[in-house]
Amino acid sequence: MSSIEERVKKIVAEQLGVKEEDVKPEASFVEDLGADSLDTVELVMALEEEFETEIPDEEAEKITTVQLAIDYIKENLG
Amino acid sequence: MTLTNNLQGKVALVTGASRGIGAAIADTLGALGATVIGTATSDAGAEKISARFAEKGVTGAGKVLDVTSAESLAGLLESVKSEFGAPTILINNAGITKDNLLMRMKDDEWDSVIDTNLSAVYRMTKACLRDMTKARWGRIVNISSVVGSMGNAGQSNYAATKAGVAGFGRSLAAEVGSRGITVNTVAPGFIDTDMTKVLPEAQREALLSKIPLGRLGQPEEIASVVAFLASDAGGYVTGETIHVNGGMYMS
Repeated sequence: MSSIEERVKKIVAEQLGVKEEDVKPEASFVEDLGADSLDTVELVMALEEEFETEIPDEEAEKITTVQLAIDYIKENLG
Repeated sequence: MTLTNNLQGKVALVTGASRGIGAAIADTLGALGATVIGTATSDAGAEKISARFAEKGVTGAGKVLDVTSAESLAGLLESVKSEFGAPTILINNAGITKDNLLMRMKDDEWDSVIDTNLSAVYRMTKACLRDMTKARWGRIVNISSVVGSMGNAGQSNYAATKAGVAGFGRSLAAEVGSRGITVNTVAPGFIDTDMTKVLPEAQREALLSKIPLGRLGQPEEIASVVAFLASDAGGYVTGETIHVNGGMYMS
């Protein structure tokens, strides 16, 4: 079983079509990884599926970087 | 590029498929090889669709759906996905009329038409979009009406919804084009269905005199345009409204 960090990074890389090594914790989806608004919605949907959870829209909007995604998953599933 | 059997392997969801235009659309998509889920508001309607599919050799089934109910829709999608797979072709066809002069119109006549004809399109589309974006392929065709463009006395509620779906379609087409999803509107004129059979004879005659082709359209003549938009042949058309009305309204 890979760690939450690894699983989040893998999904971000897959969804945004970037290399896993570019998915740094501080990377912003939009500014650093080239995501558009639809990409960020799809990314949250992919995270929901991977971690079998539902992320409310108001929380989803705050998840703008890789680290914030990791933190959210840890806090809500840990 | 061929139109024959090119929907093989696709799952299509057609609302309001027990009769009229929706029935013709469901049968045509089925004939092109799609697995078709046709919805009706009653068990009897759903069974009728299943029986028709069996008779015509269409893969799929009739299912009960109240397009105004989010719960009904969630239940339907769950059963369709487990039985057939996620629909990537969505035809929002179900619609009602509650005609009245505006000054006499009841809130209920306004609200129920908006809910069934417009809000349901939002509801259905949103529910199906996730799987289409994942598939990087999708076809959404919303059935509007010529009345949405030209207007018709006594149908302000209906016309508002039919113009509404066209604007909805243009906006959504801009949103999801990058995911290989097209969104189009087909606006039928007067088609020979139960919805137009209730028109008084005098009104029918007056209508015919305004149609250059001199006849009502057949449901199959709408279905063939929808099938084109759903197929690879129509893959570069999006955000468009196609009028199919025998020339009674030329935009």
